[in-house]
Amino acid sequence: MIFFEARNVSKKYANHLALDKVSIEVPENGIFGLLGPNGAGKTSLIRIINQITAPDGGELYIQGKPLGPAHISQIGYLPEERGLYKKMKVGEQAMYLAQLKGVDKKTARKRLMEEFEKFEIDSWWNRKVEELSKGMQQKIQFIVTIIHKPKLLIFDEPFSGFDPINVNLLKAEILQLQQKGATIIFSTHNMASVEELCEHIALINASKKILDGKVAEIKNSYRTHTYALELEGMQKNIHEILPAGIEILEEEKENKRLKLKIRTQATDDSNDLLKLILPQAHLLSFQEVFPSMNDIFIQCVQQENANNGTSGGLS
Amino acid sequence: MNKTLLILKREYLTRVRKKSFIIMTFLGPLLMAGIMIVPVWLASLSDVTERRIAVLDETGWFAGKFESGDNLAFDYVYGDFEEEKQKVMLEQFDALLYIPRPELNIPVNAELFSKRQPAMSMRSYVRNVMKTEVENRKLLASGIDPEVIKSSKTSINIITIRLGEDGAESKSYTEVEVGLAIFSGILIYFFIFLFGSQVMRGVIEEKTSRIVEVIISSVKPFQLMMGKITGVALVGLTQFLLWVLLTAMLYSGFVLLFGPDKLGSSAEMMSPATGLLQDQQITESQLAGSNTGEIFEIIGSINFEVMIFSFLFYFVGGYLLYASLFAAIGSAVDNEADTQQFMLPVSAPLILGIVASNFVVNNPDGPVAFWLSIIPFTSPILMMVRIPFGVPLWELALSMTLLVAGFVFTTWLAAKIYRTGILMYGKKPSFKELLKWMRY
Repeated sequence: MIFFEARNVSKKYANHLALDKVSIEVPENGIFGLLGPNGAGKTSLIRIINQITAPDGGELYIQGKPLGPAHISQIGYLPEERGLYKKMKVGEQAMYLAQLKGVDKKTARKRLMEEFEKFEIDSWWNRKVEELSKGMQQKIQFIVTIIHKPKLLIFDEPFSGFDPINVNLLKAEILQLQQKGATIIFSTHNMASVEELCEHIALINASKKILDGKVAEIKNSYRTHTYALELEGMQKNIHEILPAGIEILEEEKENKRLKLKIRTQATDDSNDLLKLILPQAHLLSFQEVFPSMNDIFIQCVQQENANNGTSGGLS
Repeated sequence: MNKTLLILKREYLTRVRKKSFIIMTFLGPLLMAGIMIVPVWLASLSDVTERRIAVLDETGWFAGKFESGDNLAFDYVYGDFEEEKQKVMLEQFDALLYIPRPELNIPVNAELFSKRQPAMSMRSYVRNVMKTEVENRKLLASGIDPEVIKSSKTSINIITIRLGEDGAESKSYTEVEVGLAIFSGILIYFFIFLFGSQVMRGVIEEKTSRIVEVIISSVKPFQLMMGKITGVALVGLTQFLLWVLLTAMLYSGFVLLFGPDKLGSSAEMMSPATGLLQDQQITESQLAGSNTGEIFEIIGSINFEVMIFSFLFYFVGGYLLYASLFAAIGSAVDNEADTQQFMLPVSAPLILGIVASNFVVNNPDGPVAFWLSIIPFTSPILMMVRIPFGVPLWELALSMTLLVAGFVFTTWLAAKIYRTGILMYGKKPSFKELLKWMRY
């Protein structure tokens, strides 16, 4: 089931095209990664989804219905450029922002109290925002983003500004929101968190979508048939055992152990390879090495830029 | 609850709870009361110290002419100049007035020796006495009796009477009206700048603290802008009404304490400031002749309902016209220092209004006054300046209608800049870029 869909969305600013017919499909109750270099158009797309700006072309749908003002209260948005009123008290401010999202006063107070307790910040209610550290402010910002229980959550670089402990807290919180039924769009440069959290991604570069799909499938299609193996008690030289066409990328000897990284031909069968190795040594581990999302990201962007003759992907 | 209302509420509450608002609220009326009370208080501290002045008149022209009064006592001395000067040093006298024998036949120079700087009043008294005496002698020498000149001096008192539409006569008092006109013009100017820049600072605050994107994902930029503008407008009105209330309370408290007589004299003391705009001497001599009752009559003759209604209308209208422009400026920049280049075109018409008000009080029905009080950018100041002199109803209606049209226009224009500007960070835009934003 598709929760959110963008079809051929375009956005033009005075003299440059921020989005060029970008289409994405975000499955319901999934975590969707929106990736791309700086200035690729991610924030433009997110702002369009939040109805902060209007697209110049294309259509947007939430659960099959055209995106409209009624959807505002169903979307929670944590922008990359975020902040709070410094002179305002924490509780008062959270109440204000919750009410702007259409939560009534009583419910807002009740929910905020619960969340404040959960994040162990209930003692801050009457303190001014400027007295808090940046990380503390980010927690409040996060709470405010989810306080109206939105069906669609959009996080733009959510982990920037958090220490590792709070990053984990936040990740757990995001996964919990997903379990409760929310659909999450997640824009980031942090590829490790993409692999950890996202099931689907779309990669945008220079205003165009250049790649999308399931993370597992993308990784599969970018596989390089590389394997990592660890052997013990190898008698012969490994170079003599392996047939021609297999490339040894890394070789590391440690006492009796031998760690290897090899690239095979696409037609090679890993079982045949093992048959050659097993009689000679004791196999400790054998694992296919998939390219990281980071590698795929860099590879795609560089390839695309080379095709377009642009440099760096910056607009 | 309506979201614009929510924004309005926040803008209003955070501002009226600020210390600076509370301080301004109490300081304003105190300053106003101070302007009225301090002169009275100072006058009540009559100068009781008597100064003794020795007069060494070598010409003999001024024998018996210097008369001792409340504060000054004159003693004619006939000793040696250096000896008499020594007496001043020993503080037997406060000052020595030395009128040397003139080189030509007429004494036009005098010297006043004292250990302390002599009071202005002392100097002017001496000068007047000498001037009168020398003039009289000159007249006599030409065969004219000074009495003839004296009796030929005339004081003209013009009472201005305004004819109403129905032919009813009402006394009008130009000096008080000029004062009131200038005062309300300046007050409007001050309010527009004060609260307009509060809007601007609020927008910059939201932009630099980066909260703006969170907010406009919940409300439209236009709602945010209008919530802020109306919220600050209510702050301004609250401040104004509190000032009126507190001033009235202070005023009535003062009347109870000193009685209305003293107030009359304080009004008299204030008037020269008003008179600076016109021929000061005439105003002074006229007011010197006026009594307390007349001042109260003047204040009574002013149509305060019209004044207060128009003040509120022109304050709100003028504020709305400018506040949206201030909001647009705030949205275009990243910090307050960058506002300068955009402030100039916005504040120029306001400053023009204040400068022109001096001409308008002299000719409140002239073409300059008419046009400037009709054009929305200057009308809030200049119509307020004209109202105490009486303005035809149709002109008032036209000016008010155009002001409403004016602020609808500027708000529409500003909203276009605003919605683009609040999401732009980093670079300071040029006027050309602002024009481009309007077309997005």
